[in-house]
Amino acid sequence: MYLNQFLFLAAFLFAVGVYGVLARKNGVLVLMSIELILNAVNINLVAFGTFNHTVAGQVFALFVIAIAAAEVGVGLAIVLLIYRNKRSIDLTEMDSLKG
Amino acid sequence: MTAQNVAFGIIAAVMAFAAIRVVTTTNVVRAALHLVVVLAGVAANYVLLAAEFTAVVQVLVYIGAVVVLFLFGIMLTRAPIGRIADLDNDQRWLAGLVALLVLGVLVGTLNDQWAGDKIRFTQPQTSAEVGDSIFQTFVIPFEVVSVLLLAALVGAIVLARRD
Repeated sequence: MYLNQFLFLAAFLFAVGVYGVLARKNGVLVLMSIELILNAVNINLVAFGTFNHTVAGQVFALFVIAIAAAEVGVGLAIVLLIYRNKRSIDLTEMDSLKG
Repeated sequence: MTAQNVAFGIIAAVMAFAAIRVVTTTNVVRAALHLVVVLAGVAANYVLLAAEFTAVVQVLVYIGAVVVLFLFGIMLTRAPIGRIADLDNDQRWLAGLVALLVLGVLVGTLNDQWAGDKIRFTQPQTSAEVGDSIFQTFVIPFEVVSVLLLAALVGAIVLARRD
């Protein structure tokens, strides 16, 4: 198997995630797109780890998974708080800092 | 054309379709369920790369916990369960352009650097090696991640509780 096939798949997932973060206005869907981006990074880490015959890639991927779980927990709590205060999680309406 | 390559092609096609559905579907719950397909595909990729332990952790943490958390988030914010046309903002075309540019730059540079490099599988990387690496080389980052998880847990509870 070529290294590039995994890297291209990860690049595609990353680009799709970037599109999701920029184009979605529902807070939960933006968090889901961030998960796509983090998974793309993990594929890269594991692919390079196997390519270089080291387990460091897997260990880094595990760290990223743990941090992603923490990020989703705090992110959803923030989205919940926004919903409770504004009765909406539409991110285009979060413009109270706009002059 | 080995069996692994055929498997990779099928998995990659399913993942690409599901990933696009995650960011384009008009139904929030369906987006979460398509996310499950993408995450399972990532786990399958780890198996193809001979990283079984990471694949199992991916299934446990992502499909088991993170997706459930997303479903809770969807329900707690009372998103309408059916089809909603109004999930995208008005920068959709600009976002598509940016994503295409990112993809183009990434594929171009990766193709420059790694074209033709094959992955040679020598010995499978066992869970024991991963554990040794975590608890010897990376023991301080591991402890820091533990503290981070605790802080995130406490922070999430403080943010989400009603008082």
